[in-house]
Amino acid sequence: MMARSHSPGTEGPKGAQVMLEIRNLHANAGDKAVLRGVHLSVKEGEVHAIMGPNGSGKSTLAHVLAGRDGFTVTKGEVLYRGKDLLALSPEERAREGIFLAFQYPVEIPGVGNTYFLKNALNAIRKHRGQPELDAVEFLALVREKARMVKIDDTLLNRPVNEGFSGGEKKRNEILQMAVLQPALAVLDETDSGLDIDALRVVADGINDLRGPDRAMIVVTHYQRLLNYVIPDRVT
Amino acid sequence: MAESNRKALEKITGAEYPYGFVTDVESETIPRGLNEDVVRLISSKKSEPEWLLQWRLKAYRHWLTMKEPRWANLRYPEIDYQGAFYYSAPKKKEGLKSLDEIDPEIRRTYEKLGIPLAEQGRLAGVAVDAVFDSVSVATTYKEKLAEAGVIFCSFSEAVQKHPDLVRKWLGSVVPYTDNFYATLNSAVFSDGSFCYIPKGVRCPMELSTYFRINAMETGQFERTLIVAEEGSYVSYLEGCSAPMRDKNQLHAAVVELVALDHATIKYSTVQNWYPGDKDGKGGIFNFVTKRGRCKGVHSRITWTQVETGSAITWKYPSCILQGDHSTGEFYSVAVANHWQQADTGTKMIHIGKNTRSTIISKGISAGHGQNTYRGGVMMLASAENARNYSQCDSLLLGDQCGAHTFPYLDVQNPTAQVEHEASTSKIGEDQLFYCRQRGLSTEDAVNMIVNGFCKRVFKELPMEFAVESQKLLGVSLEGSVG
Repeated sequence: MMARSHSPGTEGPKGAQVMLEIRNLHANAGDKAVLRGVHLSVKEGEVHAIMGPNGSGKSTLAHVLAGRDGFTVTKGEVLYRGKDLLALSPEERAREGIFLAFQYPVEIPGVGNTYFLKNALNAIRKHRGQPELDAVEFLALVREKARMVKIDDTLLNRPVNEGFSGGEKKRNEILQMAVLQPALAVLDETDSGLDIDALRVVADGINDLRGPDRAMIVVTHYQRLLNYVIPDRVT
Repeated sequence: MAESNRKALEKITGAEYPYGFVTDVESETIPRGLNEDVVRLISSKKSEPEWLLQWRLKAYRHWLTMKEPRWANLRYPEIDYQGAFYYSAPKKKEGLKSLDEIDPEIRRTYEKLGIPLAEQGRLAGVAVDAVFDSVSVATTYKEKLAEAGVIFCSFSEAVQKHPDLVRKWLGSVVPYTDNFYATLNSAVFSDGSFCYIPKGVRCPMELSTYFRINAMETGQFERTLIVAEEGSYVSYLEGCSAPMRDKNQLHAAVVELVALDHATIKYSTVQNWYPGDKDGKGGIFNFVTKRGRCKGVHSRITWTQVETGSAITWKYPSCILQGDHSTGEFYSVAVANHWQQADTGTKMIHIGKNTRSTIISKGISAGHGQNTYRGGVMMLASAENARNYSQCDSLLLGDQCGAHTFPYLDVQNPTAQVEHEASTSKIGEDQLFYCRQRGLSTEDAVNMIVNGFCKRVFKELPMEFAVESQKLLGVSLEGSVG
């Protein structure tokens, strides 16, 4: 993927700090070069859309940011809030506030959706030095967020993503994002395979989470999500 | 498996087998080796009646004609049956009468194992029979059980106090000719538990036996017999552990269950014998015969096992579904880590009409572990409308381990239905990454995924044991190489 952020004609929110700075990033999958010099700068409060055809490296970028194994960064650097992001493990990145909404959310048989999410949230809270939520507090929180993304209570009690429809899986990603409240959310093709109603729910979820302290990178190859989620920039 | 996950999996390491200590207690041990005199000596030490001695001798003579079976998917060196000790008992302090008078060393041993021999504490409400090497050292809650008419005592005591019951049922499910190890056990068994639930009684508490091997180079051959009379119910738990020794030790137990009309027996095992060290040295050779007979109509026997220990596991808890409408169930989690080998499963023998059986087997392999499921479903010609459902799932952690499935089906009645599902999966890179991307450490992620995999089986365990098992599984997989 070759990408260069549009030169800043329209500035993001005034006085906003740069949250993510990608400089000349090269990465290989195996011995195949997939990213060849990516530059990207994302400020707090920005929603940044990355568009491009299949195979252009959009998803690779999302995975490299989240720290997935199987990619080798050969050149360049990524600074997240001024820190070297690439030096952190995937769980450290998550605890520092990076969230990846998966294109293909993974099923974990036998592990309850709520149980999973509670453990995830508490791992993050612990890292931030916040007290962990108990079962009752957590349930109240997750129910509220579930209503927001129109997820049925029965889905909360089922194993993570197991037997969920495509749309339910994507909404579950948005639910997780709403509960975990990340600083930087990377949405990898979250709109693919959704009907118009599900798309609207997902878009509403994303819009609800927009805020001055939060940045988002929306990876997509359709225009249609961007009809609902108006990005600050498109790359 | 990618490097960072491999490292993390390796790091879930360190913790040694936590029950590997030795109790310093004076023991009475009979000379090494096995012959008719040894069989007679064991019997006389227990002041057994003549009929039992004769039964043992018949078993011993039959054993001499048998060959050690080698059909299992297990590799181990020749076992030297003449090199082992067949009886070891902690020396009794004079005049012990109540639980308070148990040798303090032995009491401390059970406390360290988390098995209180006082009728309170963590397992309050669970009656425990504690077997130390070859003898039962304590049985709790005896009086309370007696009020309900339930007999729960050591096997030796049952032979003395309830000889008619023992004589009636001993060998009725696993005859002394059954197989090499069961026959050996019949000749030299030393102690175990006996349990009798009278007609119409729902046993008021969980019954439990805790087996501990302490002495060196000593085999443990316990025998458990549970009889549930018409309309009764009992839930029974079995736990075990052994010190860390660098020589293999033999454990060959026999468990017989009998359920009469409308009776239910739930038998749960958490097996945590010493598995050997991470290079495969030492550990228990566990050759066990467990079988239940659903003798009465509408009777039910449920086996639930969590097998995390032993260097070698050879074990097939089975049900003979004789009574019409009887039900047999087998729920199993077996772990083979490091160099452990497990060949385990069940046999469901459908004889009666409308009999039902369910088999849920979850095998987890890690390190160089080899895990084999071996299960038989037999529908005899008389088994009108019998049904079986089997599900065997294997989970692999790493790329040095193995999972094997050998289902045997023998259907002789055209109205019978047999279903078998099997799956093998590797703990997914995808699953691990997904969990870690949500902030969970690899250790927590592995634990969560493995526990999710086993959930269907853990659900069948009594509450305290389900929690124990989850923790145990975490410990057992420590050191698993990714």
